[in-house]
Amino acid sequence: MNSALLDIGIHHYLILGAFLFTIGVFGMFLNRKNVIVILMSIELMLLAVNINFVAFSAYLGDLTGQIFTMFILTVAAAEAAIGLAILVVFFRNRGTIAVDDISGMKG
Amino acid sequence: MLDFNLIPILPEIFLAFTAMGLLIVGVSGGNKSTDIICWAAVLSCLMAIFLLFGISWQRTTVLNDMFIIDQFGGFMKLIILLGMIASIALSVKYLYQEQMIRFEYPVLMLMACVGMMLMVSAHNLLGLYMALELQSLSLYVLAAFRRNSYKSAEAGTKYFVLGALSSGLILFGISLVYGFTGSINFSVIQTSLSNEGAANIGAIIGMVFLLSGLAFKISAVPFHMWTPDVYQGAPTSVTAFFAIVPKVAAFALIIRLLYEPFAPLMEQWSQIILFLSVASMTVGAFAALVQDNLKRLLAYSSIGNMGYALIGIVAGNEAGVSAVIIYLFIYMFMTAGTFGVILCLRRGGIASEKISDLGGLSLTNPALAYAMAILMFSMSGLPPLAGFFGKLFVFQAAIDGELYALAIYGVITTVIAAYYYLRIIKVMFFDDPVDTLDKDIPFARRAVIFVSVIFVLGFIIKPNLLVSSSQSAASAITAPQGLAVKKTIKEPPQAAAAGDRPSSTEAAATVTGAQDK
Repeated sequence: MNSALLDIGIHHYLILGAFLFTIGVFGMFLNRKNVIVILMSIELMLLAVNINFVAFSAYLGDLTGQIFTMFILTVAAAEAAIGLAILVVFFRNRGTIAVDDISGMKG
Repeated sequence: MLDFNLIPILPEIFLAFTAMGLLIVGVSGGNKSTDIICWAAVLSCLMAIFLLFGISWQRTTVLNDMFIIDQFGGFMKLIILLGMIASIALSVKYLYQEQMIRFEYPVLMLMACVGMMLMVSAHNLLGLYMALELQSLSLYVLAAFRRNSYKSAEAGTKYFVLGALSSGLILFGISLVYGFTGSINFSVIQTSLSNEGAANIGAIIGMVFLLSGLAFKISAVPFHMWTPDVYQGAPTSVTAFFAIVPKVAAFALIIRLLYEPFAPLMEQWSQIILFLSVASMTVGAFAALVQDNLKRLLAYSSIGNMGYALIGIVAGNEAGVSAVIIYLFIYMFMTAGTFGVILCLRRGGIASEKISDLGGLSLTNPALAYAMAILMFSMSGLPPLAGFFGKLFVFQAAIDGELYALAIYGVITTVIAAYYYLRIIKVMFFDDPVDTLDKDIPFARRAVIFVSVIFVLGFIIKPNLLVSSSQSAASAITAPQGLAVKKTIKEPPQAAAAGDRPSSTEAAATVTGAQDK
């Protein structure tokens, strides 16, 4: 029973990270409903990168990756705060946060 | 042992503390103190320039190898600080004219400036990422700074979403580079890559992600879609800032990345940069033809200009890097002047930004019309003006690097792009005049336009001032790494020619200078 768990290597973490990252990127482009979903996709991308970093850090036996993860978490918080603030400004002007309505300028 | 030598990082520390100090002044003084804070910010940039000249530009790393100062970094920081001074000076009166007087504006600009200066000096992927985010987060807020304008909010939203996507790409790239080379330190990455070379597929994929994220920041073509909207929607003073400064910083970062940690992968990255460059030149030339909004037109023009500057990186030699630095320096001055003119286009207190609003400017306001005409001629690359030399050096570097097709393509797109610059001149001088402009052009705006026009006209008199300093900056970054690597990877004759190249470009500059006089 334990042997199946032990087989989990760096590849599996990297594949998971890549999958989550791809879902995040697609979430940004395919979603036409709501800007909040885009913010969530951004967060997903950053967390997928964190999985990568922690996996590499454990694999290399080097703490740098985990320290990097801490910094990414902090920056993600700051980024979410600024994103939501900009979104509030947008909502006040437009009365909607649907992605399709962010189209005042074209060309 | 840890070293606590903070001298090389003094300008950044000074600016960071000033920004926080000015924030406190702003909080206690309220929005009334905005203009004082703006001028204090200009003053602190000047102080930072003095500090920058005070420290040694010898290649040193401090803070446990996280921060590097060398000739290249020092010179790029000087360009950034000059651009900061110009863009804050352009902004002050605009904030009052558009009723968006809030003291956060100069503080955010200073924060972005600190981020950009740290970006130039990053010597470690963590430092790079943190500096990039410090800069980007300030810029997102600045883009949405006009809170009661729908367009500004939309520009902010778009910039934020695509900027966050690009940070995500950069981070993913960093994680792969870290995992496959085992370090985030630039020199360690370089050693590891020069041992393994192209065998390290993971690191190459990481580098591609990193480069595409950075291509967002310089708005190179497949990643340029935010640029026109953000340029159009953001308040004009912020657009001027976006066009002048962050591009220089992002370029410096790309050059440092490509010539230090990723120098062993030159064969791989030169193909990516080549594609970015060709695509940017194409889109910059064709998409701008149909624009009628001046800010949008300049957005496409900046995309095209970034394409030309990238040619210098593709060339992959010292002359190329020095050409990029010269190009960016000249581009910065031209853009500052152009935006200065655009900021003056106000009728009855309302800003106008259509090309047709320039109609008959030569009759209603000849001084402004001639200044704009000189800047537009320079942008399109007409010989006696500075813009011509920027392009000359870049194309010459491409020819030195045996990239003849790229150089020819660059010249063709320059000719196409000349159409829309000349159209502006045609509208100003041959169309019927629209109403007269508001007369009260503030002193700072006049000064920026004047300085940039003088620079554009006078560059030909002493081109060596800029050329020689940018060559020493370029040799600081290419001499230890890039060229040595190039010698081993690419064919020998090219590398052998690299030795005498700086003197030959210098000679060419003086020769052309003499001819044109």
